[in-house]
Amino acid sequence: MTVEQTKNLTGSAHYKARSLRRILILSGMTIALFLSFAVDLATGPANYPLRDVIFALLNPSDVSDQLRVVIWEIRMPVALMALTVGAALSTAGAQMQTILANPLASPFTLGISAAAGFGAAMALVLGVAILPAFVEFIIPINAFIMAMATALIIHFFSRMRGVTVETIVLLGIALVFTFNALLALLQYLASEQALAAVVFWTMGSLVKATWSKVAITAIAVAIALPLFTRQAWALTALRLGDAKAESFGVNVQSLRLKTMLLVSLLAAIPVSFVGTIGFIGLVGPHIARMLVGEDQRFFLPASVLCGALILSATSVLSKLIIPGAILPIGVITALVGVPFFFSLIFASRRKSW
Amino acid sequence: MVTLRLEDLGTRYGRTYVVSGVTTPVLTGGGLTAVIGPNAAGKSSLFKRIAGLAKGTGQVHVETQDYNRNTICYMPQDTGSNAVLSVYESVILAAKQGSSLRVRADELTRIDDILAALRISDLAARNLGELSGGQRQLVAIAQTLIRDPKILLMDEPTSALDLHRQMEVLTFMRNIAQNRKMIVLIAIHDLNHALHYCDHALAIANGKMVTFGRSEDVINRDLLRDVYQVDGEVEHNSLGQRHIVLRGTVTGSKDTNLMAAQ
Repeated sequence: MTVEQTKNLTGSAHYKARSLRRILILSGMTIALFLSFAVDLATGPANYPLRDVIFALLNPSDVSDQLRVVIWEIRMPVALMALTVGAALSTAGAQMQTILANPLASPFTLGISAAAGFGAAMALVLGVAILPAFVEFIIPINAFIMAMATALIIHFFSRMRGVTVETIVLLGIALVFTFNALLALLQYLASEQALAAVVFWTMGSLVKATWSKVAITAIAVAIALPLFTRQAWALTALRLGDAKAESFGVNVQSLRLKTMLLVSLLAAIPVSFVGTIGFIGLVGPHIARMLVGEDQRFFLPASVLCGALILSATSVLSKLIIPGAILPIGVITALVGVPFFFSLIFASRRKSW
Repeated sequence: MVTLRLEDLGTRYGRTYVVSGVTTPVLTGGGLTAVIGPNAAGKSSLFKRIAGLAKGTGQVHVETQDYNRNTICYMPQDTGSNAVLSVYESVILAAKQGSSLRVRADELTRIDDILAALRISDLAARNLGELSGGQRQLVAIAQTLIRDPKILLMDEPTSALDLHRQMEVLTFMRNIAQNRKMIVLIAIHDLNHALHYCDHALAIANGKMVTFGRSEDVINRDLLRDVYQVDGEVEHNSLGQRHIVLRGTVTGSKDTNLMAAQ
């Protein structure tokens, strides 16, 4: 379309075209996600043709026992964990960036992941349960409580007068260092067995995924997404600044607090199960924003899909780099995600933030 | 038809009252009311109090048939946004708060109409971050009008506009206030515009209401001296319009003190 034609379009025609493009982008991402998921299931010590995997997905009873067991019982929880964890972290990052008006906000950069990590390590090393009633879920509950406490610290700090975007990032860095130091202290005190668990866990790995972990992560996402969707207009309005959002009738304070609590849930649950997987929460929403903008009706699903897709693709990569070995996924997200992210920033001439 | 009456209205920031004792007779729709006063006089705080965005003392009496969340709309001074949203989307955003996620065709048509009326249709596809200050103000006006308010509180809507656009926007607002029988309060610094476009004026200084009345009665030599600390006169110009002629600042005012300090 030429510039002249664009000029003659009415605003609504332009908006409709843009919405259609966004729906196509979201559809494309969904297809890519399904493919990545299938490839993830097909890849491993024994590689299966993609066709067999998709067939096994659709008709589990019609395939050989061996294929069914490998796909459905061994690889499926890991592959689903990649999707749910990626979705949860990316959504958490997207909403943190929205409510803090900060492009650097993510569970990882502001110390929420580190806090959750420390909470989980408390359980692993010391056996300390913050809520003694639920000992079975001691690791995720500890992680969640620490993450929530940290999210609240950031929330109330960000509400103080004179606090800027930069000071929030500085506070986040301080929190990351604090919790990492506390984590190091726990590692120092830990027994050899607990130490191995903590170290494995700080690198971030999907391989210990189980159906119940997948279910809990999926439930966290399933709780958060409808609540965010209901607030889609209000959350988008936050990006116009507090004064404007308030003038639109948005209860800015309450929306921020509720969102922060949901974010800490979304950030803590994955961290307690799969360890610290960085950058998804930062990069996922940025890619989503470049693709579909910041209207939450599109931005939210795009962030979910981006996070899930990135982690799923990384899961495939973690099995391919050294055949026969599965590298810790947290290492790969950092090593691969960051250059990819930079290439996107430099490639996109449109200014985001 | 809508009416608005303010009764001993006040609001505070921390412990100090930034606005107090603002009382007006019953205002009816159909024209513009200028809210005038020096910087930091409490104009924005008064607007927020009227809109219910700030707590405080006193009463805001509104009478209208169907009161809803858009009956009173406050248009804050624009701060700009770096959001990846187009102008069109930002207007949708204003229209759709608190309602369904689906945008209906008639809503799209209304937005097209308002952008056309403000002569900013060509900005529809632009991102907010690419706009100039004046363009942002026009978008903010569109965001406010799309909500179809009965009472509109505009905080310096013309401050970043060139002269042509200022006159255009004020004429537009005056017409729309007449046609829709809206009450429009405009915080404005240009007293000549206030005289020319606004039927009434409410003057405040240091958070206190000084006076309320017809613009030509409120804006006079005393107001210039007492509220603005300037020495001036309201005269009739060659077109027969009221017009302010300034001689200088009043001795003992903030400005002259500043000069003395240097």
